[in-house]
Amino acid sequence: MADMKVYFDHNATTPLHPEVKKEMIAAMEMFGNPSSMHAYGREARANVEEARRKVADFIGAKENEIIFVGSGSEANNTVLSLFVCSSSQCIPGSRRGTIITTKIEHPCVLETSECLAHQGVRVKYLNVDRYGKIDLDQLAGMLGDDVGLVSVMMANNEIGTLQDIEAITKMVHACGAYMHTDAVQAVGKVPVDVRKLGVDFLTISAHKIYGPKGVGALFVKHGTPYCPLIRGGHQERGRRAGTENTLGILGMGRAAEMRMIEMPEEEERLLHLKQVLQQGIEESIDDISINGHPTDGLASTLNVSFTGVEGEAILLYLDLEGIAVSTGSACASGSLDPSHVLLATGVDAELAHGSIRFSMGRESSMQEVEYLLDVLPPIIQRIRNMSTAYIKGGLHAASR
Amino acid sequence: MLQAGEWAYSETLKEHFMNPKNILQGENTDDFDGVGMEGNLQCGDQMMVVIKVDKEKDTITDCQWKTYGCASAIASTSVLSEMVKGRTLDDAFHISPKEVALELGGLPDHKIHCSVLGDKALRAAINNYYTRNGQEDKVKQEQAKVICQCMNITDHDIEDAVLEGARTYFELQEHTKCGTVCGQCKDETEVLLEKYKHIHFGA
Repeated sequence: MADMKVYFDHNATTPLHPEVKKEMIAAMEMFGNPSSMHAYGREARANVEEARRKVADFIGAKENEIIFVGSGSEANNTVLSLFVCSSSQCIPGSRRGTIITTKIEHPCVLETSECLAHQGVRVKYLNVDRYGKIDLDQLAGMLGDDVGLVSVMMANNEIGTLQDIEAITKMVHACGAYMHTDAVQAVGKVPVDVRKLGVDFLTISAHKIYGPKGVGALFVKHGTPYCPLIRGGHQERGRRAGTENTLGILGMGRAAEMRMIEMPEEEERLLHLKQVLQQGIEESIDDISINGHPTDGLASTLNVSFTGVEGEAILLYLDLEGIAVSTGSACASGSLDPSHVLLATGVDAELAHGSIRFSMGRESSMQEVEYLLDVLPPIIQRIRNMSTAYIKGGLHAASR
Repeated sequence: MLQAGEWAYSETLKEHFMNPKNILQGENTDDFDGVGMEGNLQCGDQMMVVIKVDKEKDTITDCQWKTYGCASAIASTSVLSEMVKGRTLDDAFHISPKEVALELGGLPDHKIHCSVLGDKALRAAINNYYTRNGQEDKVKQEQAKVICQCMNITDHDIEDAVLEGARTYFELQEHTKCGTVCGQCKDETEVLLEKYKHIHFGA
């Protein structure tokens, strides 16, 4: 239908980097089990270990601190689940039975925390301010010798807000707890160095950095207590059972390597695109608000609320024009509540229903931003023309 | 390899979303004989239906609308506005969400609740017409009946919970807290649960 295709949903997933694709295609015949001692196995093993070195290099870790897993969600589940095991190898749940996390985490952290709460773990949730930053004073108040783990995401997937993980980690370590950060959205977009951050656990996903889906990595600092989530195999030095996703891991290694080369020069360009996009929306559309932090956020992520317009309608009208975005509206998610992230930042439910996330990536261009800016204002105008929110007395007036 | 699939919606729904019919232009509703509005912006759905009535024949001659909501909400108000033209007020009053969904070529389960507000707004508009024309006796209130006395849960609450996804008595209790104190309403609640599942989902 539309001639131009614009993919502005990179926070959901990214296309394979051409170099990653090339390397994965070339490796398609590699089928050996890395655990096998014969030539087939050794070939697979060599490639898995090469990928591990690349991923470790990318975040400043040692190779033996990287565990390949099936997804970012699995990595997050693994870390949180360390707390219900009372084995002496694990973080003793009995003495430090409290976990602190935030209200804006990915559902894989929030739902796992909820599940742990049912199993007797005490979970405390940090508030965020209107920009999505956690309150360090509140954290200081919560930290005590009962706290075993603090899990704070580095960059938020919906609004892009970055947390000061380095400062948070110092506070957490001072009280003797372990620190985890879900860096799925941060890695590949901003520099991430595990030594500088000081964290004990860090989560990465391949498909957010132009790698394949179905593979992620968990950094576990050397010497940190650990217990596998998936048991029954010696793979990953006994830390994650299951035959390695060799092709996916190889792709992830190459993706990390390419990010190291391309990321530094990309941020400025993306930030410029975002500024043009934001300014363009502000100039051409009334009654909007920008969600997220004005300066301390991802250069590629812009989250905007459009008053009086429901997000799914915007998303689908944009889809008809060949533009892919995502929304915090309840209707698009299949649940009945709008974005928990926006609600946590104090955004009104109505504005959360009308929120759109534009997330750009390495191939996003000024031409695409301009096309979006051509197409979006008439769509908003059109939806507002049929919206009850824009009639006299319509605003909240008919609440049942 | 498969190409991108169709939307989660039927072609009819997509057509009504792309080219909605009978949108009320501007804000003025003075030319209309009945105005009804349901839902609210906080919940993500609000619909307003306005009607013109042939007073001799008691039939709807025109129906226009405004909707704040997702694609299925927009499309279901659009299709409803086409369905009611020429119908008698009494006939239109009894249009069910299921008929609207059917006319749209079906709705995904989690979108059924979006289509419910349209016919509610239509009934509100018809009642509004009766009130304005001295026919208060014809106004049919949608009175809620308290089913669970302990928690003050009405049949409307139970219907809403079903629309929001409750399919079993346990899920209904999780949604509404009905029957969580004395439990005497269990039988009546279960009958209503089956009824609303049948009305809205044909289950």
